[in-house]
Amino acid sequence: MKEQLKELETEALEKVQLAEDTKALQDVRVAYLGKKGPITEVLRGMGRLSKEERPVIGQLANEVREHIQDAIDSKQNSLEEAALDKQLEEEKLDVTLPGRPVQVGGPHLLTNILEEIEDLFIGMGFEIKEGPEVETDYYNFEALNLPKGHPARDMQDSFYITEELLLRTHTSPVQARTMKQKDGEPVRMICPGKVYRRDTDDATHSHQFTQVEGLLVDKNVRMSDLKGVLNTFAKQMFGSERDIRLRPSFFPFTEPSVEMDISCKVCDGKGCSVCKGTGWIEILGAGMVHPNVLEMAGYDPDVYSGFAFGMGPERIAMLKYGVDDIRHFYTNDIRFLKQYHKV
Amino acid sequence: MLVSLNWLKQYVDIDEHTPEDLAELITKTGIEVESVIPVAEKLENVVVGHVLSCEQHPNADKLSLCKVDVSDEILQIICGAPNIAEGQKVVVAKPGAVLPGNFKIKKAKLRGVESNGMICSLQELGIDEKDVPKEFTDGIFVFQENVEIGADAVPLLNLNDVIIELGLTPNRADCLSMLGVAYEVAAILDQPFTPAEEEVHPITERASEHISVKVDAPDLNPYYGAFVIKDVKVGPSPLWIRNRLIASGVRPINNVVDITNYVLLEYGQPLHAFDLEKFGSSEVVVRRAENREKITTLDDQERSLNEDHLVITNGKEPVAIAGVMGGADSEVDDNTQTILLEAALFNPAAVRTSSKDHGLRSEASTRFEKGVDPNRVRRAGEKACELLENYAQGKVLKGVVEFDELDRAPQEVHITTTRINNRLGTEISNEKIGDILRRLQFDYKQDGDTFKVIVPTRRGDVYLFEDMLEEVARIYGYDNLPFTLPEGESQAGGLTLYQQLKRKVKAYLEGAGLNETITYSLTRESRASQLTSREVADRAKSPVRLAMPMSEEHSHLRLSILPELLASLSYNVARKQNDLAYYELGSVFISEEEHVTKQPEEQLRLAGAMTGNWHVHPWQQEKKAIDFYVVKGIIEGLAEKLDIPLTYHASRYPDMHPGRTAEVLLNGETIGFFGQVHPKLQQELDLKETYVFDLNAEKMFKQYQKEEAFQAIPRFPSIKRDIALVVDESQQAGAITTTILEAGSPLIKDVEIFDVYQGEHLQDGKKSIAYSLLYMDPNRTLKDEEVEKAHKKILDAVKEKHLAELRG
Ligand SMILES: [Zn+2]
Repeated sequence: MKEQLKELETEALEKVQLAEDTKALQDVRVAYLGKKGPITEVLRGMGRLSKEERPVIGQLANEVREHIQDAIDSKQNSLEEAALDKQLEEEKLDVTLPGRPVQVGGPHLLTNILEEIEDLFIGMGFEIKEGPEVETDYYNFEALNLPKGHPARDMQDSFYITEELLLRTHTSPVQARTMKQKDGEPVRMICPGKVYRRDTDDATHSHQFTQVEGLLVDKNVRMSDLKGVLNTFAKQMFGSERDIRLRPSFFPFTEPSVEMDISCKVCDGKGCSVCKGTGWIEILGAGMVHPNVLEMAGYDPDVYSGFAFGMGPERIAMLKYGVDDIRHFYTNDIRFLKQYHKV
Repeated sequence: MLVSLNWLKQYVDIDEHTPEDLAELITKTGIEVESVIPVAEKLENVVVGHVLSCEQHPNADKLSLCKVDVSDEILQIICGAPNIAEGQKVVVAKPGAVLPGNFKIKKAKLRGVESNGMICSLQELGIDEKDVPKEFTDGIFVFQENVEIGADAVPLLNLNDVIIELGLTPNRADCLSMLGVAYEVAAILDQPFTPAEEEVHPITERASEHISVKVDAPDLNPYYGAFVIKDVKVGPSPLWIRNRLIASGVRPINNVVDITNYVLLEYGQPLHAFDLEKFGSSEVVVRRAENREKITTLDDQERSLNEDHLVITNGKEPVAIAGVMGGADSEVDDNTQTILLEAALFNPAAVRTSSKDHGLRSEASTRFEKGVDPNRVRRAGEKACELLENYAQGKVLKGVVEFDELDRAPQEVHITTTRINNRLGTEISNEKIGDILRRLQFDYKQDGDTFKVIVPTRRGDVYLFEDMLEEVARIYGYDNLPFTLPEGESQAGGLTLYQQLKRKVKAYLEGAGLNETITYSLTRESRASQLTSREVADRAKSPVRLAMPMSEEHSHLRLSILPELLASLSYNVARKQNDLAYYELGSVFISEEEHVTKQPEEQLRLAGAMTGNWHVHPWQQEKKAIDFYVVKGIIEGLAEKLDIPLTYHASRYPDMHPGRTAEVLLNGETIGFFGQVHPKLQQELDLKETYVFDLNAEKMFKQYQKEEAFQAIPRFPSIKRDIALVVDESQQAGAITTTILEAGSPLIKDVEIFDVYQGEHLQDGKKSIAYSLLYMDPNRTLKDEEVEKAHKKILDAVKEKHLAELRG
């Protein structure tokens, strides 16, 4: 009987191993461990055994039963795993196919530049001020030391609506307005915005363009402060390797007036075609606020001084990104706009 | 201003500097140098030749066969110039010479005859055709003077000169003269410079015997000096004068004209020479012109004058427009013998008016407009007399006949070293300030750290402390200023709420897939009021028009951003870019006046235009075209973002699809519209289905309130109920939603439409709308019967108001 059980065990374990799916395995279980299976059969015949043999065989039969059950269980597990593996294998994707595009737009290049400038000056404690695009002659010219009849305010250069109203030719009137509003308090502001001039649109001219002007008025403002602030700006905007220089210029609303150049990035100041061999590229105009301008805005020029500067975001964009035609900014060609949507 | 360095060298020692270095120094310290131009690059083997013989080429009618003596040899040269002749002294480029434009001169055969070099025109030597004397423009250059045969022609013709072009700012009129440039360069290089004295040798005969001067408008003409020079021989001027004129971009004409131009260039003082015999009287009268008075100017144009124009007359009629142009009748010609030379100072504004009205801008008028040195007017006249004596055989009559009310007093400006240093952030010493003033040749009296500066009248731009501050700063050197930061009390910079909202709205729209654009504010009249929101159109009388537009295309200020935005779409579609979603945040200009007198209201509006596909994912066959509800979704998202209660109702707008346009309301007030562009307009613009929106951003921003308080996350479950309502197709879903929300209050928290159906299984003219209703109480769990009660109330309300039946 012992041998019979051992044989059954070997036979059953072999069949378990051979089972190819859960159904075959189930058949093996029913065949060997079922109520009509051979082990039950063996146990039924135990009555014929001696008293000593009975517990031995009984234990053996249980062991055999357990072995078979364990083998079936473990086989069952491995079959299930294989089936899952197979299923997952079938679910495999081509990971190289393109994903579903997320539709994202983006800002205009000029907005990028403007916000960069704004954030930079906000960091230096400046406010952002805005003003009307249709200005009075007074704020656009007179308050800026450009009295009527001044050669720099030729009718031909401005878009007038009436004799007293025009499209602002610079954002400087916002400076005059802000000083009036601050009423003798210190001023630190920049004013970005659209401006208009009577220019025929071509690669370097646009009848509408943007400007950012800055103004700082306080007691004891020095020209070295202007140099320091512009240097901070230039290094952050164009890179820490860039140097700046100031050279004399003329604007009716500042005295002294200067223009600021940065060292040419292309040739690192050695001279190339981009900088016309000078090693320098003009970026902005600046100066110490003219005493007439301070006085007209109610600041005593003997007590207060200040500096002002003005720059063109289009020009900065053209230098930074090599945009070769100012009309690109206003044509809104999607292929142009999209180029500057990257972070 | 073109500055010849060879000329400048006569005044100031610049030999230590290359032209490029000098240009850099001038740019950094004074005036921007726009370009540095050599007249000709390193010319060699270009010499004076003597034409020994000149015969016709045996095989060519228009060529001459010449034997030319160049001192060390006699060259056979073929020449095609019509003005070649035996006995001339000419410029010969010998074989080996390289002319401008990299033109190499070699031995060659021309029509079978050997030619060993070239006889040159001035243009071939690098001189601009417009500066070449008329007699030489169509042929070779011929020396009129006794130059040495074989001599290097390069220095003789000033071909070794370098010209620097100054970009003068309006304040630096002093540098519209070589003397002014010399003072400037001398100051920059710290070199001495003293201009030469004028040397005139008048005869005993007095000018006043021939001419008198009367000025009727002293406000416009405070000084008029009349010199008389007789026995003048008109002819070519000497080579050195011609060279300097050519280098300065002025074409030589004859000695008299050249001399007045030369003095203009050197002194910055315009002069005018009249032929006294043709002057028509012996009195000069300067006065305002009479209305409709006429003069024929040197350019043979008859010009009509008015009382804004200052004229020189002979007591009867105008002979010159003051400071602008002389008359043809009294012009100097080849036969002129007696010259009336005018040296005067005219009011800048008067000259500007005349030159503008007559479209005549000249070297002379430019200088008067910017202001000339009052202390140089008479001296300039004397300088011209000196040159006329020397180069036109003129005899200068004694005494200049003058009208003189000219203020020649210099400005005095007081500066202190302390104030200079406070303004610049420097520590410049008294000695250094004195040194800078010495370099500038500004006289001063020093008392401790106070300097009383007497500014020479040539520097009319310097009269304030700040002007002197600039003089000191630039000579001291802007490079030498330290870098500092403002010391005043600092404030926290930052964006206002309004500015933050602009940025947030832009970020939202860009996240939603729209691209920011910037279009022109000026547009054509037909577009300026097109696609204008009702509340704007109701207020604006008409779009604001420019007084003098440059073109019809940009003549009016926009009342809506949309027309230009649609033009941008068309531009892109024409370039095969079909899927476009654009927005712009910008101002429109609203004037309520018929004739504009006040600044128009500038209203910030948010506009968008979209066409083509919204989403495309080709290989998964996914495609979603932009439609009405895409646009509406964007606006609803914006309302949610700003937490403002926008509502919508169907509306009709010109140029919009009559069935697909909605007006947007905020608190019951129209703030904009959106929908599909009218198919007719779409077609006009070559656009497929296109949608637009236009909203008053200012109104939306004003409504916005920053949410500060925390709102608890709901702790109690909500209950969802779905209903399908069958209504007449004329019923609007929005209205039913409002009814549901009102009737279900306060338990109903959200209403969502999840299906709209029309067609089979429904009666004609009916539609079914399926709503999902969400009930909730933030403070407790709702009981079923409470929800039932609310639900019943809702069903009763929609039945009553919209005749809605519950769909079985
Ligand atoms: Zn460079």
